[in-house]
Amino acid sequence: MLAPEDVRKVASLARLKLSDDEIAEFSEQLGNVLDYVEVLNELDVTDVEPMAHAAEVTNVLRDDVSRESLPREAALANAPKSDGRFFLVPQILENA
Amino acid sequence: MDISGATAGQLLDAMNGGSLSATDVVNAHLDAISARDEHIGSLISVNADGALEAAAEIDRKRESGEPLGRLAGLPVAVKDNMCTQGTATTCASRMLENFVPPYDAHVVERLKAADAIIIGKANLDEFAMGSTCENSALKATRNPWNTDHTPGGSSGGSAAAVAARLVPLGVGSDTGGSIRQPASFCGVVGLKPTYGRVSRYGLVAFGSSLDQIGPFATDVSGAAALLEILAGHDPRDSTSVDCPVPEYTASLEQPLEGLRIGVVPEFFGDGLDAEVESAVKQAVDVYRSLGAEVIEVSLPHTKYAVATYYLVACSEASSNLARYDGVHYGHRAEQFENMIDMYAASRAEGFGTEVKRRIMLGVFALSEGYSDQYYLKALKVRRLIRNDFDTAFAQVDLIAGPVSPTPAVRIGELVNDPLKMYLSDVYTISANLAGIPGISIPAGFSSKGLPIGLQLLGGAFEEEKLLRAARMYEHGTDWHTKAPSVVS
Repeated sequence: MLAPEDVRKVASLARLKLSDDEIAEFSEQLGNVLDYVEVLNELDVTDVEPMAHAAEVTNVLRDDVSRESLPREAALANAPKSDGRFFLVPQILENA
Repeated sequence: MDISGATAGQLLDAMNGGSLSATDVVNAHLDAISARDEHIGSLISVNADGALEAAAEIDRKRESGEPLGRLAGLPVAVKDNMCTQGTATTCASRMLENFVPPYDAHVVERLKAADAIIIGKANLDEFAMGSTCENSALKATRNPWNTDHTPGGSSGGSAAAVAARLVPLGVGSDTGGSIRQPASFCGVVGLKPTYGRVSRYGLVAFGSSLDQIGPFATDVSGAAALLEILAGHDPRDSTSVDCPVPEYTASLEQPLEGLRIGVVPEFFGDGLDAEVESAVKQAVDVYRSLGAEVIEVSLPHTKYAVATYYLVACSEASSNLARYDGVHYGHRAEQFENMIDMYAASRAEGFGTEVKRRIMLGVFALSEGYSDQYYLKALKVRRLIRNDFDTAFAQVDLIAGPVSPTPAVRIGELVNDPLKMYLSDVYTISANLAGIPGISIPAGFSSKGLPIGLQLLGGAFEEEKLLRAARMYEHGTDWHTKAPSVVS
């Protein structure tokens, strides 16, 4: 069981507006998963190098040359709100 | 000729020999989709007009002697988490229900360049998160062998479409078993390539260090032909590996001499269904009878794989899915109080429960005060899992084992128990953590008539060996020739 106030904090970090029912459900389910992953504590991994990636490639660089980018119209085509030039968002600054 | 029941190879031979046109092939598969997909629900969208247009163009090119690609005229179903320019790519999510990509994924470009015909986009668990397709927000997919059962997931739509002979070839993605497990549930061949073998450009990201695109087919030869097209370097994916792609189809019929098959005792413990265990052991006997040496090898960190995987995969997912903010594309809520509330409301409305659950787990595992204990620890255990495979592959060529602990689960069986669903991924997820390739091939049926798959795992970039060994098995058995009764 993960405390409901912790679940609320995580939901706020994750930018997810959860209902009280969802908070209760996730408290239990995430708690179960976190209990389960305790199994990893059986292992001493002090001297083990973390493995972030399966193909351990180093930085891959491309030549620094300009290329054509997505046309503005195509980039804006899926925008929930746009004025044809920009993505539109709700007002952020008060009294602006 | 039963066109929709034919294999990719048979269709290519018939088209190249002039007895069938691409238009005949596409029409027969569109008819099969109309007749059967109402019950199966494998495809989210069907592009009948586009497919017929592409087929007509291929027939015209063939007529006038112009060069044709290697998959010319073959219908393909592509999992709906790969971008198709001008055609909706939904990820089976309300978030992307109306998203029409402005570009093609690398694999879609490759398919088009090979003159394959993308006839439809296949269902999946939302954002590829799940093992049954029940997490799709758009539709339910049923197992063609028994419609009370799931097709598996997350690439369940692609697997079911191939099993129901709606298409000879399918494309899926595999983050923790999402190609191999539905292939096993649906009785078809599914291959997850080595991490970096196939470009992820245009694949909607779930777990970026784990995701890999791969083929489905009714037989090994079809999977080899499709992998040949999908694989290869692409500078647009910085993890795409620049090494030559072998001609898998050319070496396929050569059996492997002195093949050493590893059997892992840790795979035969609690939770493994008796019928699956028996089918896998019989499959190992088939290899023995074909001259392979069977050697026991240990993967001692197997019991830690599920915990490691869910921490790594959810952490990466929480970061990848942060992009869905209701601003650039995707769903935006109507009602909100301010900018932050708009994000939170849009995401709450756009994502389904499993996606939210995994984002929450990932955000928690990465959060201040917990990331060393969870995320970093998991990355360290990940290396131990990888080291297990390195040790094993010093002794054997391939590892043979189960794909999933059970045959296809019933619809509704796992929906309310996420942890139980996660645990069912135990045999497939290690390959994603280690980055190695794996294939699932049909290897028998349960007493209820549900397919059982055999998994072969190989060392990095050993796809050729996997395919040749899988083809050897086909020579020793006839499981790959069975089709569900819905096909008739």
